[in-house]
Amino acid sequence: MKTIKTCVTALISALLVFSPVAYADKWSDQFPHIKATGDIPGECSYESMSKKNYKGKTLKINTHAVPVMGEPTALHAEQFAKLTGAKVDVTHTPAGDLYAKAMVPFQAGQAPYDIVFGFSNFINDWKRYLEPVPKKYVEMKQMQDVTPSHIGIASWDGVMYQFPVDGDRHYLKYRKDVIDNPKYQKKYKADTGKELRVPQTWKEYGEMAAYFNGWDWDGDGEKEYGSAEVMKKDDLMYAAFYSRSAAYSKNPKTPGGFFFDLETMKPLINNPGFVEALTDWVAATKYVPPGGINFGLGDEIGSFGGGQTLFSFSWDDAFVAAMQPDSPINNKVGAAQLPGAMKVWNRTTNSWDEGFNQAPFFVWGWAVGVAKKSKEKEMAFDYLCFFANEANHQADIGIGRFGVNPFRNDDFKADVWTQIGWDKDIAQSYVDTLAQMEESKNRVFPLRVPGTFEFNAALATAAAKALAGQLSPQAALDEAAKQWEDILNRVGKDNVRAAYSVGVAMEDNKL
Amino acid sequence: MNFKHKYVFLFPGLFVLIGILIFPIIFTIRLSLSGWNSYTPEMNFIGITNYIRLFTDDPRFWESFFRLSFLSVTTVILQYIIGFALALIVWREIKFKRFFRVIFLIPMMTTPVIMTVIWRTFFHESLGPVNDLLGNLGVKPILWLSDPVIAKFTVIIVEVWQWTPFMFLLLLAGLLSLPKEPFLAAAIDGASPFRKFVYVTFPLMAPISIGAIIIRLIEASKIMDTVFVLTSGGPGTATETSSFYIYIKGLREFQMGYAATLSFTYLVIMIISLTIIAKVLTKLMIKE
Repeated sequence: MKTIKTCVTALISALLVFSPVAYADKWSDQFPHIKATGDIPGECSYESMSKKNYKGKTLKINTHAVPVMGEPTALHAEQFAKLTGAKVDVTHTPAGDLYAKAMVPFQAGQAPYDIVFGFSNFINDWKRYLEPVPKKYVEMKQMQDVTPSHIGIASWDGVMYQFPVDGDRHYLKYRKDVIDNPKYQKKYKADTGKELRVPQTWKEYGEMAAYFNGWDWDGDGEKEYGSAEVMKKDDLMYAAFYSRSAAYSKNPKTPGGFFFDLETMKPLINNPGFVEALTDWVAATKYVPPGGINFGLGDEIGSFGGGQTLFSFSWDDAFVAAMQPDSPINNKVGAAQLPGAMKVWNRTTNSWDEGFNQAPFFVWGWAVGVAKKSKEKEMAFDYLCFFANEANHQADIGIGRFGVNPFRNDDFKADVWTQIGWDKDIAQSYVDTLAQMEESKNRVFPLRVPGTFEFNAALATAAAKALAGQLSPQAALDEAAKQWEDILNRVGKDNVRAAYSVGVAMEDNKL
Repeated sequence: MNFKHKYVFLFPGLFVLIGILIFPIIFTIRLSLSGWNSYTPEMNFIGITNYIRLFTDDPRFWESFFRLSFLSVTTVILQYIIGFALALIVWREIKFKRFFRVIFLIPMMTTPVIMTVIWRTFFHESLGPVNDLLGNLGVKPILWLSDPVIAKFTVIIVEVWQWTPFMFLLLLAGLLSLPKEPFLAAAIDGASPFRKFVYVTFPLMAPISIGAIIIRLIEASKIMDTVFVLTSGGPGTATETSSFYIYIKGLREFQMGYAATLSFTYLVIMIISLTIIAKVLTKLMIKE
């Protein structure tokens, strides 16, 4: 009898002790995507969603092409359908057409999609057609962990229109096995008289990239190059240019606008700070791989992630891809903030301020909202909440091709990354880089004004002309500034100013 | 029978014509007089503001138009020469004639976008096989897609490869339909193959040639997919064509009103220039 009692007690104790694991396993057996964590309890967990019944209802989603964001959308749609009984139709659209594909029906008063994916800088144009995120989702635990920067990016005037599913910023990626290699440090010092280190400025970046360009420095029998960058016009290259410009043009002593002077609405993009950045960038065409001037984001990820270049800077995807177990440079890469500059343009004194300046760029990222005219708003928000639940999020951020990047405080803990096989020091440098950007008081946020596309396209065209040698950097940016003036006149300076002031308040740390 | 009833039978055709041709043109004209864009989503009336902007403040459109003219004329001339040569080869009694006819048509049967992706991979300057092959022969890597001049010729290569079969098909059909008598007469007179071509084949083929060239010019002037996939108009704006520029203005920047202005202006220019080209070709190639 005593033996039976002991067995029963042991069994009950074991069930109590291991119940969370057993609970998690129940869902990870069915959904192997979350096998590392199992289900994590929360308002939108697998367990919570399984209690919803959307049988007979259809959810329509327009998202990006597979894999970046398209693959997790489809995966979570399939899971959501299994859990709730809903039918989920997912349409995949190329990045360049996401805006128009939603905007045309929006303007026509239709809602062919309940959920539309796009970029966070669409918010100004889209917000009038999107349903604000309901209070219950804004206040839930999962949302409380989102960093203030990303809450700000997803919101407009305090109203959240985009459901946070991704967090983006540009930062530097470098080959740790070269930069930290004593043999190369000695050689670089002997040849150039300078230290080989994580580049502190764009000038250092250029010097090191040029030095390590066009020879086989990793001994794989192939030539390697200095840098992989997004230089292809109409393929997000304007974001790369803003990243290179921030250190030269975002002066903490002159608040009130990075892209425009908020007071006068004069475009600032042809000031000496931006011209210096574009001059550096034109020089960079000499140390990118052959054809690098036509690299889009996918090429940049493939080039750096494939071990072809020493440096790269853009979104997280290339870094996470490089750190995946099947990558040829797994655990050979490091992350750091974007390089700075030893001078920054002061538009008040019309002169350079000497001294080190660094400015992180919180570039736009993937964003998603629910159409105001959708008839399935509740189901749509539940889907988004499920997409971003803790178990899915932790699984998604470890897969480079998914394009889901850190945006929660918990993501900035090294353990999250060491658990998926990253070396401890790399994980630490990665989370430190992201955390430093969050803490910086000299940040640049993306342009989110009416006509954003026109402004960015005009700048990209001008920068592309400079990169191709069709125009000098000054002439190219003068052309862009003139076009920005024209766009301002068409859209209305006051309209743009009103919208731009929200971004400026974030940059000036007032929000 | 009441005379008026006859017109009832015209209505279905008339409705279709209005629906698919007249309405879109009228709508485009109306749209071109509006400022419809992402921040003013309405068919307001702004007069000829967009046209003034086009003619006084948009050199990029005109640059893209002249670039398009160069690309389309060059590609069509090359397609005509190569297509005619191939048609002449398989027109004669040669071995495996049917096999070659099918082989020559393959590029046209493939999907342009997919083939352009493959060409882009071939011409990739650091990872593509073309430069790799040239490297093995001691030739330095060629900047197929990133040199502003060479990129134009890369677009021409892909276009010529894709659409020469169309020219070949039309010209072969023309050659097969030619009467035999003039050739017999030339043979009796002892004309050499070259003289037979210059004085018999080419003149007899002139009407078909003009038709083929005009059809291809119309198609080539709409070149978009090749540019979109191969170079995205780059480097810089070196390969940007009118249709690609209109696409950027309309569907990337969402300037619907202005894109309609560009489209309508482009349509008018194309109608006028193709009419002139057809007349010039007729005058040059068809002798009374």
